[in-house]
Amino acid sequence: MNARVLPAGDSAWLVELPERIDPDVNARAVEIARAVERSALPFTDVVVGYRSVMVYLDPIAGGAAAAAATLASIADEPSAATETTGDVVDVPVCYDDPYGPDLADVAAFGGCSIDDAIARHLSREYRVFVVGFVPGFAYMASVDPSIAAPRRSTPRVKVPAGSVAVAAGQTGIYPAATPGGWNLIGRCPVRPYDPDRAAPFLFRAGDRVRFHRISAADYRASSEWGDA
Amino acid sequence: MGRRVTLTVVKPGMLTTVQDLGRRGYQSLGVPVSGPMDAYSHRLANGVLGNDPMAAALEITLLGPELLADGDLVCAVAGAEIEVSVGDVRVGANVPFAVPSGSRIRCGGRRRGARMTLAVRGGFDLPATLGSRATHLVSHMGPFGGRALRAGDVLPVGAPLPASPPSRPSPLALPEGGARVRVLPAVHRERFTDAAWAALTGTRYTVTPQSNRMGYRLEGAPLAHTGSAEILSEAMPVGVIQVPPSGQPILLLAECATTGGYATIANVITADLPIAGQLAPGDWIEFAACTREDAWSALRLREGALAGRAS
Repeated sequence: MNARVLPAGDSAWLVELPERIDPDVNARAVEIARAVERSALPFTDVVVGYRSVMVYLDPIAGGAAAAAATLASIADEPSAATETTGDVVDVPVCYDDPYGPDLADVAAFGGCSIDDAIARHLSREYRVFVVGFVPGFAYMASVDPSIAAPRRSTPRVKVPAGSVAVAAGQTGIYPAATPGGWNLIGRCPVRPYDPDRAAPFLFRAGDRVRFHRISAADYRASSEWGDA
Repeated sequence: MGRRVTLTVVKPGMLTTVQDLGRRGYQSLGVPVSGPMDAYSHRLANGVLGNDPMAAALEITLLGPELLADGDLVCAVAGAEIEVSVGDVRVGANVPFAVPSGSRIRCGGRRRGARMTLAVRGGFDLPATLGSRATHLVSHMGPFGGRALRAGDVLPVGAPLPASPPSRPSPLALPEGGARVRVLPAVHRERFTDAAWAALTGTRYTVTPQSNRMGYRLEGAPLAHTGSAEILSEAMPVGVIQVPPSGQPILLLAECATTGGYATIANVITADLPIAGQLAPGDWIEFAACTREDAWSALRLREGALAGRAS
């Protein structure tokens, strides 16, 4: 898989892979990121994008110049036959009122009933391509094209934390109450980021995610958001 | 065990936050670096007090707070020129000053710059989240639930480190109504026309009021993409200039999200981020193209100035 290493300012390098939303491309990005993490490079952060890996180096410690050759050789190594598959994360979602205020819009986009829209969202296993935006937010794909409604024309100023949303083929869970433009179709009682949990982050790039439906009563009984 | 020394917020000022040098190592999980807009002045203020450069200090924006000392303290301010008094006595920047127990630190008029660091010997002893005491307002991460300080907040002061030789660093040259910063072409440079690059590096932009710690929305010559403005989401370094479909650039700063979805045209070099962090709405900004070798030598020069070495 073709890779090129580009300077991203004076203390970061971007390894760029073919430009498409493709599990194989993203798997290669995850593989390169793991190899960088195992290397002796003096990185501070390694961030996987849909088709890229950003490697940050300490600008004050230096070493940014020397890193390029090492990164190029990591990116040129042939991919291992066994893909580094991430964890499988099972996530409960309540799709009942009032947790999915945009379900009707998504169903209208798909020309189907609300129950069909929910069934289509539940029908797939998703890949976490990127974690970004805010702590713990996972960009997952690919949503059934029939319910891949675009972003809302007017973003909400405040999306409730835990909202499960879809937009343009992606799905995700808002880990905090933030502004957001995706269509809200349900609510997850589990916090994607919980600083007090032994493992504070639910998702990493490369994980696979399955959703399962829970009732409003189960949501209220298990919610970690203090909204029960 | 001595009595706990604290600073209490009497008036919070416009936007006062606790910052250290930021939260590194968690960007792959979506956790932004955050930290001060002017890391140079943060390190300078800690340095003259003999603190670890990472020690937590206050970032004060435009209008400063009023703080009440409970216990004797030694403080230092650096960065924006904002009048600071202890009791009725004006104190100078970039050198330690004493704050006797029961006295108040008051802030007055601002002459230059936008953000002042107020550090205390021993640093602020507040709980760390993921290894850092930096406040990230958008994700509510950091001390005090990741929010700006309010009246009544109590800031505990840590124990000072053993005395170290005092440093004589050079303060940051503050902007006079605007600043010229150096840039390198960003990873998506080829997604912009040559005219866009010429406009970015040859014309002046204005920092609009829609600017904050996340970034400055700039106004000036629009920058044309050769194709779509959107990219597949990828990591965004602090200091990158992102261009949405409108063509009006956004300079991403300390509090920017870890990833973004618009093409980037240029990166402000690390050595010039502190001066960018001192701009206020209405100020101008110019971008001068340079090479990576220039960027690295500027950084070495800046480190020398901070250590008090002649350049």
